[in-house]
Amino acid sequence: MAHGTYSYQPKNAFTKWLDSRLPILRLMDETMLQFPTPKNLNYWYTFGGILTFMLVLQILTGVVLAMHYVPHETMAFDSVERIMRDVNYGWLLRYLHSNGASMFFIAVYLHIFRGLYYGSYKAPREVLWLLGIVIYLLMMATGFLGYTLPWGQMSFWGATVITNFFSAIPFVGEAVTQWLWGSFAVDNSTLQRFFSLHYLLPFVIAGVVVLHIWALHVPGNNNPLGIDVKGAADTVAFHPYYTTKDLFALVVFIMVMCYFVFFNPNFLGHADNYIPANRLVTPPHIVPEWYYLPLYAVLRSVPDKLIGVLLMFGAILVWAFLPWLDRSSVRSYKFRPVSRQLFFILLIVTWILGMLGAQSVDGDFEFYFGLVLPISKLFLSQICTIYYFLHFLVITPLVSMNEKALPVPESIATAVLAKNSSAPKARTTG
Amino acid sequence: MAHSADTAHVTRRDFLLVASSTAAAVGGAIALWPFIDQMNPAADTLALKEVEFDLAPIVAGQIVTIEWQKKPVFIRRRTPEEVASAEGAALADMKDPQADKDRVQKAEWLILVATCTHLGCIPSNLFKGEFGGWLCPCHGSHYDTSGRIRKGPAPKNLEVPPYQFLSDTKVLIGAAPKPTAPAEHG
Repeated sequence: MAHGTYSYQPKNAFTKWLDSRLPILRLMDETMLQFPTPKNLNYWYTFGGILTFMLVLQILTGVVLAMHYVPHETMAFDSVERIMRDVNYGWLLRYLHSNGASMFFIAVYLHIFRGLYYGSYKAPREVLWLLGIVIYLLMMATGFLGYTLPWGQMSFWGATVITNFFSAIPFVGEAVTQWLWGSFAVDNSTLQRFFSLHYLLPFVIAGVVVLHIWALHVPGNNNPLGIDVKGAADTVAFHPYYTTKDLFALVVFIMVMCYFVFFNPNFLGHADNYIPANRLVTPPHIVPEWYYLPLYAVLRSVPDKLIGVLLMFGAILVWAFLPWLDRSSVRSYKFRPVSRQLFFILLIVTWILGMLGAQSVDGDFEFYFGLVLPISKLFLSQICTIYYFLHFLVITPLVSMNEKALPVPESIATAVLAKNSSAPKARTTG
Repeated sequence: MAHSADTAHVTRRDFLLVASSTAAAVGGAIALWPFIDQMNPAADTLALKEVEFDLAPIVAGQIVTIEWQKKPVFIRRRTPEEVASAEGAALADMKDPQADKDRVQKAEWLILVATCTHLGCIPSNLFKGEFGGWLCPCHGSHYDTSGRIRKGPAPKNLEVPPYQFLSDTKVLIGAAPKPTAPAEHG
């Protein structure tokens, strides 16, 4: 609210009475309606609103699914099948929830990479960025716990592999994993506590989201130019300009989700999870949900358990240091030609890690169209893992200190006006 | 409190503040313990300690998977060749060196917890890997005919559970081996 010239005026006797007791309408007006927002935000900035919607959708569908689901090893799988076959609209609610989780992650990855590209992590938004990492970690935990609940083969063995990460801790690893399981292996006790925590964590996420939005509203939005708002000419009110833009993007996003929910509901899942959990048979090829695949590839790239697990968690924690590893005085990669190219290389490397995470361990890299490249998967995943960490820990500090940035516009208003004044010319020639 | 002047400023109120906040912190930590410990294995889970198994139907070369403490356990009746390869392997090449005789009570019978020491998958009985034992399908750990890790990311050998032979054809898994039992090798 640094650049606000507005003020909330209660209009009738009731809102005046309320405003002097609980100024909640004032808060909503200032944060959701009048909030001055840079006038140059593009569609990459709509994912915050989309993510808020997805959190609400997941909580709503989750609460009603919990009315029918039974968290017990002998009944969990059957209760999910009952939801699919017998419960009124159960199929819709479950497919919304399971595909909703994937869509939630698609949106969060776009949101994170947008923050990277426009330098939104840089001062004065470090706390905003750190809170975002906390939300992402909570989302990973919630997604994993939820995937366990249908108690299919992938649920059971995914839970086994992930909980075994903690057995890598020296000395107390075994005690910690048995504490997590409540048994000597993944068991009914594990399922019940996972259900309890899966119900709890979304509300924790909602709490951190409030802090995230609070931390956004102190410095205000970053923008594609990455320059500070200098005055009222640079901003527009959040409502109706960005409420409309966010709603339009949300409708398009929901249409994509509807394709998966109604036409391809199991595309993002794994067929083995329709086999009931069997503790005596490991599926031939365990794969996590798609949104963990790059991290899974990092884990498997190291032939040492403890180092593999540490690197996997490190791959996310390294983001937390980015605001201080990036020494550039310019935020947006639009004006940082080298960083911009490195950003796209990082995207490609992460994508390759994701492909590697989906493939079996041994053999050569399977590219698309059935093409097998003559490079061993293990070697490629090691190269990509090393590059991933080098990007953040070495390349980013060095490049950001030495890179010559392009000239940055004087203000958002002048950049927007310059763009618009050239537009009619383009129209006449076109 | 290096200076006597400082101690003069410590009042009864300071002492009470430190003492009461310490008591509150310790009390709080103790009150937290039941909330943590409830997640540990419960009494009925701990009671699933021992499983008896009849070895008679198992033929040489066969591997049987049974359940003990909710964990899979391999019982493998090894062929003489498998025993020879387990006993002959050079310990120097191993990640977790252990002699075969320290891993079995009777050379013919190899009894192991069938949980890969990497991330808990069950190593495959069908794909025996490069050392004739087991190959874990999840992340490619190779075990030999003594269940020792020979290649791949797993840090340790497959665990040998406590067991004792009740007779030549009966084994009790989960019970400590009889200290008086004569060692039978070969």
